[in-house]
Amino acid sequence: MAITEDEARKVAHLARIAVDDADLPALAQELNGILHFMEQLNEVDVEGIEPMTGVEPMRLKRRVDIVTDGEMQDLILKNAPDAREGFFAVPKVVE
Amino acid sequence: MSDLNKLTIASARDGLRKGDFTSLDLTEACLSAIECADGLNAYSHRTPDAARAMAAAADQRIQSGDAPAMCGIPLGIKDLFCTKGVPSQAASRILDGFLPQYESTVTQNLWDAGAVMLGKLSMDEFAMGSSNESSCYGPVVNPWKVDGRQLTPGGSSGGSAAAVAADLCLAATGTDTGGSIRQPAAFTGTVGLKPTYGRVSRWGVIAFASSLDQAGPMTKTVRDAAIMLGAMASVDPKDSTSAEREIPDYEAALTGDIRGKKIGIPREYRMEGMSDEIDALWRQAAEMLHDAGAEIVDISLPHTKYALPAYYVIAPAEASSNLARYDGVRYGRRAKLGAGDGVVEMYEKTRAQGFGPEVQRRIMIGTYVLSAGFYDAYYNRARRVRALIKRDFDQAYAAGVDAILTPATPSAAFGLGEMSGKDPVEMYLNDVFTVTVNLAGLPGISVPVGLDKQGLPLGMQLIGRPWDEAGLLNLAQSLESAAGFTAKPARWW
Repeated sequence: MAITEDEARKVAHLARIAVDDADLPALAQELNGILHFMEQLNEVDVEGIEPMTGVEPMRLKRRVDIVTDGEMQDLILKNAPDAREGFFAVPKVVE
Repeated sequence: MSDLNKLTIASARDGLRKGDFTSLDLTEACLSAIECADGLNAYSHRTPDAARAMAAAADQRIQSGDAPAMCGIPLGIKDLFCTKGVPSQAASRILDGFLPQYESTVTQNLWDAGAVMLGKLSMDEFAMGSSNESSCYGPVVNPWKVDGRQLTPGGSSGGSAAAVAADLCLAATGTDTGGSIRQPAAFTGTVGLKPTYGRVSRWGVIAFASSLDQAGPMTKTVRDAAIMLGAMASVDPKDSTSAEREIPDYEAALTGDIRGKKIGIPREYRMEGMSDEIDALWRQAAEMLHDAGAEIVDISLPHTKYALPAYYVIAPAEASSNLARYDGVRYGRRAKLGAGDGVVEMYEKTRAQGFGPEVQRRIMIGTYVLSAGFYDAYYNRARRVRALIKRDFDQAYAAGVDAILTPATPSAAFGLGEMSGKDPVEMYLNDVFTVTVNLAGLPGISVPVGLDKQGLPLGMQLIGRPWDEAGLLNLAQSLESAAGFTAKPARWW
């Protein structure tokens, strides 16, 4: 499976990273190098093996369904590049 | 008293309790050492005022007789830990100006125990790298130097390793996703411990790959690693993967008695092209443990070869998801936008400008292996291989092995810039002996055992049973004392 320039553009867009068209061939080549390295995994017989999700079989912890945190709007907005009137501000999303 | 910055945690603790010196004395000694070490570029942010205030408070606590082991001990903190009101940016431009409004559980535990913060330590951007060259603060330089070259301290916890080796703190925190504590420890002649996954809380530690990340101590001795792990570890309701297990007294476990312990030597780690020096040192280390009463047995971990490719699917996949939060909206930096740019352009420009090339590469690889059509072929296959790698270890431990001995790295520290321009996969090979441990969630420790013929430190890795950091530390201390590694880098900075 080799990544074409077009697919590299698609991956960059999915990842929301702007890449200049001129840089796409180099990016595709780099990604191909890494994917080629991963292809070794095809040598392994994984028949009947479940994909591993966690290192220790444990039941996810549960707690009582009550509010334990909150009321800190100012702290949450403190690091925002643009916050106004208690909200995060972004460029226009809908025309 | 001079040179207090050169003390270990254990000797500083004893001196503080006896009243030979104060935490303020210790702290001032570290702060002056830091002042004179700009050439190493280890600290990305210094907090001298907070350090003095914390030291004064620790001195009061020691006087009142309420002094846990870490009380008054000056530490450096990896930039990956969120520290309240102190820049914490994972050595990335995208977190420029970010001031956490909360404290990570690990650092809070350390401050509660009375430890003193000297500042933040540089690292590879988002902990992705093995040479510290991807830091937005510029590379950290290894205090070890044997010729005209400047060497890498390793990565990603390179600032931590350099600071400990150069006595710019008594110890430091590190994090390890694929070897980021153990490889830099080996490159700098220091001790680095990655605990069992779940032993130390991940809350407030900037996430890279959540199923692999684990924080741990980077210290001058194994005893110090035992003391510091005891203060870092906790059962934390804020981390759903924090294990509900009692935290033993790790220092008390250092009995020096390792008679009858069974040490496995995995044949698959004897890689083709491995240097004779590392091979010889590995054999010597096994002999040292044997002479101390351990039994050495050959074992097989047949899927070792596939650990690195599995890791480089799983870690970028998790990273692409974790790093989606850096979008220029909630924190960090937002790119300057052109007229008519909408929200998508804001995301794309912010991330293109904010992330360095290696981070971008890993996010895109992760995005690709998680995308429709490739999820099964790459991501699920890698997770199944991961299960087999873990099974290899489970079987070795079930057969009675107490710990496994391997080299920590395939070479000694290399020169800064020597790997740039090479295939990224070449850099990934640095992790060949360490990634298996993260994939299986096991504890692992790197211990300095000797110098190579150039005069650079080499480390050995001991891998323990899950949750048996106590037994692992005891074995590591036995190896440390048999090896008698006391070399320090000659000061040039």
